[in-house]
Amino acid sequence: MNINYIKKDKLLMVEITEEIDHHIVEKIRRRVDDEITRYMPRKTIFDFSRVSFMDSAGIGMIIGRYKMMKLIGGSLEIVNISKNVKKILEMSGINKIIPMENKREVS
Amino acid sequence: MYDNEMKLEFLSKSNNEAFARITVAAFVAQLDPTIEELADIKTAVSEAVTNCIIHGYENTEGIVKIKGKIIKNNVEIEISDTGKGIENIELARKPLYTTKGNLERSGMGFTIMESFMDEVEIESVLGLGTKIIMKKKIKKHKVDLSEEDFASVGGEY
Repeated sequence: MNINYIKKDKLLMVEITEEIDHHIVEKIRRRVDDEITRYMPRKTIFDFSRVSFMDSAGIGMIIGRYKMMKLIGGSLEIVNISKNVKKILEMSGINKIIPMENKREVS
Repeated sequence: MYDNEMKLEFLSKSNNEAFARITVAAFVAQLDPTIEELADIKTAVSEAVTNCIIHGYENTEGIVKIKGKIIKNNVEIEISDTGKGIENIELARKPLYTTKGNLERSGMGFTIMESFMDEVEIESVLGLGTKIIMKKKIKKHKVDLSEEDFASVGGEY
């Protein structure tokens, strides 16, 4: 599994390149937490432009990273969400606590 | 009689979650669903299969079974395990309820199945296993063309 990172001015952009399900979240969680702990960003941005599928495992993973960013005094954001993924995020209600946009902030 | 039927059995390994939802999607594809309908079914299957693996078998080895049926434009998907069973089905259906909060589970599994499918039945016996039956009607969106509609197609003879 590939995760691409872009780091700039204490912004950490995390690009997930696969379908997000229970099988994959454990790996995402471990690697992203590792990256956050080392870089200590003020904001972590998940880029979902290559995520064509996500189930409820993704919700747990996002909430976990949201809590972690809060713990270190930072914030979390999600960008480039597909229609299908948006449906799941809205159903869970986390779109009310985590900002979501459809454009890139770091390039 | 069903118009079409399939059965699938696989080990309760998490890397089979993608295999299961993609296979069911391929089976349903013969009804010519929209991308959204297909995504809904894939998500519901993924939730049910994940439940079998982490709750039914609690990450031990077991067999997950899927039966798919097509009756006209209705899809019926049955997903079952012979794992530990659900103690309180009513509670399990509640949004945000999870027995595995330590694993960052969101407790949204059944809520997603229920809102993405038309009908969700849960049968469970403690110590014997759980069976989920989900139904969804695929809307017909094919245009019915008559012979006259083709009159101008392909030139005149």
